[in-house]
Amino acid sequence: MFDTLSDRLSGIFGKLRGKGKLTDADIDATAREIRLALLEADVALPVVKAFIASLRERARGAEVSQALNPAQQIIKIVNEELIQILGGEGRRLQFAKQPPTVIMLAGLQGSGKTTLAGKLSRWLKNQGHQPLLVACDLQRPNAVNQLQVLAQRAGVDVYAPQPGNGVGDPVQVARDSIEHAKRTAKDIVIVDTAGRLGIDAEMMQQAADIRAAVDPDEVIFVIDAMVGQDAVRTAEAFRDGVGITGVVLSKLDGDARGGAALSVRHVTGQPILFASTGEKLEDFDVFHPDRMAGRILDMGDLLTLIEQA
Amino acid sequence: ARSQSVLGRGLLSVLSRDHLEEEDWEEIEESLISADVGIEATQVIVERLRERVRILGTRTVAEVREQLIEELVEALEPGLDRSLKTASHEGRPAVVLVVGVNGAGKTTTCGKIGRVLIGDGGTVLFGAADTFRAAAADQIQTWGERVGAETVRGPEGGDPASVAFDAVKRGIDTGVDTVLIDTAGRLQNKVGLMDELGKVKRVVEKHGPVDETLLVLDATTGQNGLEQARVFTEVVDVTGVVLTKLDGTAKGGIVIAVQRKLGIPVKLVGLGEGPDDLAPFEPKAFVEALVDGDA
Ligand SMILES: Nc1nc2c(ncn2[C@@H]2O[C@H](COP(=O)(O)OP(=O)(O)OP(=O)(O)O)[C@@H](O)[C@H]2O)c(=O)[nH]1
Ligand SMILES: Nc1nc2c(ncn2[C@@H]2O[C@H](COP(=O)(O)OP(=O)(O)OP(=O)(O)O)[C@@H](O)[C@H]2O)c(=O)[nH]1
Ligand SMILES: [Mg+2]
Ligand SMILES: [Mg+2]
Repeated sequence: MFDTLSDRLSGIFGKLRGKGKLTDADIDATAREIRLALLEADVALPVVKAFIASLRERARGAEVSQALNPAQQIIKIVNEELIQILGGEGRRLQFAKQPPTVIMLAGLQGSGKTTLAGKLSRWLKNQGHQPLLVACDLQRPNAVNQLQVLAQRAGVDVYAPQPGNGVGDPVQVARDSIEHAKRTAKDIVIVDTAGRLGIDAEMMQQAADIRAAVDPDEVIFVIDAMVGQDAVRTAEAFRDGVGITGVVLSKLDGDARGGAALSVRHVTGQPILFASTGEKLEDFDVFHPDRMAGRILDMGDLLTLIEQA
Repeated sequence: ARSQSVLGRGLLSVLSRDHLEEEDWEEIEESLISADVGIEATQVIVERLRERVRILGTRTVAEVREQLIEELVEALEPGLDRSLKTASHEGRPAVVLVVGVNGAGKTTTCGKIGRVLIGDGGTVLFGAADTFRAAAADQIQTWGERVGAETVRGPEGGDPASVAFDAVKRGIDTGVDTVLIDTAGRLQNKVGLMDELGKVKRVVEKHGPVDETLLVLDATTGQNGLEQARVFTEVVDVTGVVLTKLDGTAKGGIVIAVQRKLGIPVKLVGLGEGPDDLAPFEPKAFVEALVDGDA
């Protein structure tokens, strides 16, 4: 539909290489193109605006380098800014000083929470931990069975005292799971919760109550990489309603550009800890801000070229 | 969140003027982009609106709002037939195939559609052709028990096409009106999984043509939704969209691009997780919710 961003920027700059500073007109034209590219990638509008404002600032001061043409140079700046917002080096999971470490998962319906619970448990088990999965989605049909199947595949135990499908109190299950974990010598508790909308006050309160019951070391907000402009509103709602300490981006094996990553980082300020990249339990990786930046801008090879210059 | 409704700010500042400023147009554009309408569709629609405002000499923002709504409704082709083909044929049930990416709401939608059809006095059978995801067959079966439909399932990890085939066969034998086939979620860039879906449809069609292929699109989906619609249509010839999760804050504006580019109408909307949270798609109501920002 569109040329790549680098093509379009190259068009704007023509043969500017090595001729002093970028003019205001160059910067305006560039800002427009980058704004479009970010919006095409589903970065939320308020986040795009903030980003473009700081980009203008940096571009004004930039000397046109001899090594890079202006298009490459701007892209380099944009890329650096994106990586920085996306979290630079990232961070690891926080573990409790006194086990068990409690990890609570929260997010919209269908975002990938239960699958992530399975993935996390497998990953932690492979590192020598004894995770316990806790079935606190007692609402969605067969959410409990789904978690049980995943637990079996991951070779970990699951605490599912209630059948679900509308039966059982998730807050009680969450509370009791901690004792259960201690009794059965588990050092990590992963609490799967029902999907909920940010505007569903009752369900958000339930999430807050689950949080209060287990006092988690991490509250992970799971968000689908395909999400569009709603990412900001949703992230705000979970930030304010439950409180989150980290983010996982799911379904990154798709071909969505994943601008939601930027939106969520901007809104929550919390790090993106992992990328969920498939339906199988092993399709899981720590998050790489640099790869994500390239993906959002659809840059690919160009960045490698720039890095070599 | 956009605390002010679209044109809300404009309304205050513009009513006292006799023409719209560039900023007002920008605000209109941004309101559409914020609803996931996408840049291309937004630009086309706003351009048409500007032209119309110029010709008609529209002055007030209230009028512009009305005209914007008209443009958007028009983009959704309000005259299209949005009914579902679920009536049985001579000696054979209608077959509805439900497809889409992971977690969009396919299984829930099957349950809800089943509920409506049974409520209307029809008989329904579910085919649990998601043999892949953990407990997927249990989930559709629970829906079947909830709404009063038999569920045909196969072995876990088995061939989805043969489950779908068996479901339709069973539907023919028991004489139900409609067979709804729930398929596994798949991202449209997974070639192998898309081929598998194509095969499910081909194998089912040994019994006769599929009557309706519904693509379930999550209203929170951004620009990738267009690609989803494009690829799924290429593979299984989608006949209608079900836009789910419209009970949240997302506006689902991507369906405007889907309608414009691919001509696939939205037929139903999902408004919650319960069995009755399904409604026909009403272009005017949808567009008003989209334009009016946060309710
Ligand atoms: N392709 C792909 N699919 C995924 C990924 N993560 C989860 N899924 C799929 O997305 C769908 C929803 O995942 P779940 O883990 O059930 O999501 P959830 O957030 O627990 O959903 P609810 O409990 O209904 O709110 C399932 O089909 C998963 O297999 C991922 O990273 N990539
Ligand atoms: N709020 C809301 N939630 C919905 C709606 N439709 C489905 N859901 C929820 O979204 C989640 C995913 O729904 P499913 O029906 O399992 O989605 P699916 O497409 O079958 O998922 P996979 O088979 O895993 O690909 C569940 O938690 C549903 O309850 C809707 O219209 N509104
Ligand atoms: Mg779940
Ligand atoms: Mg399903």
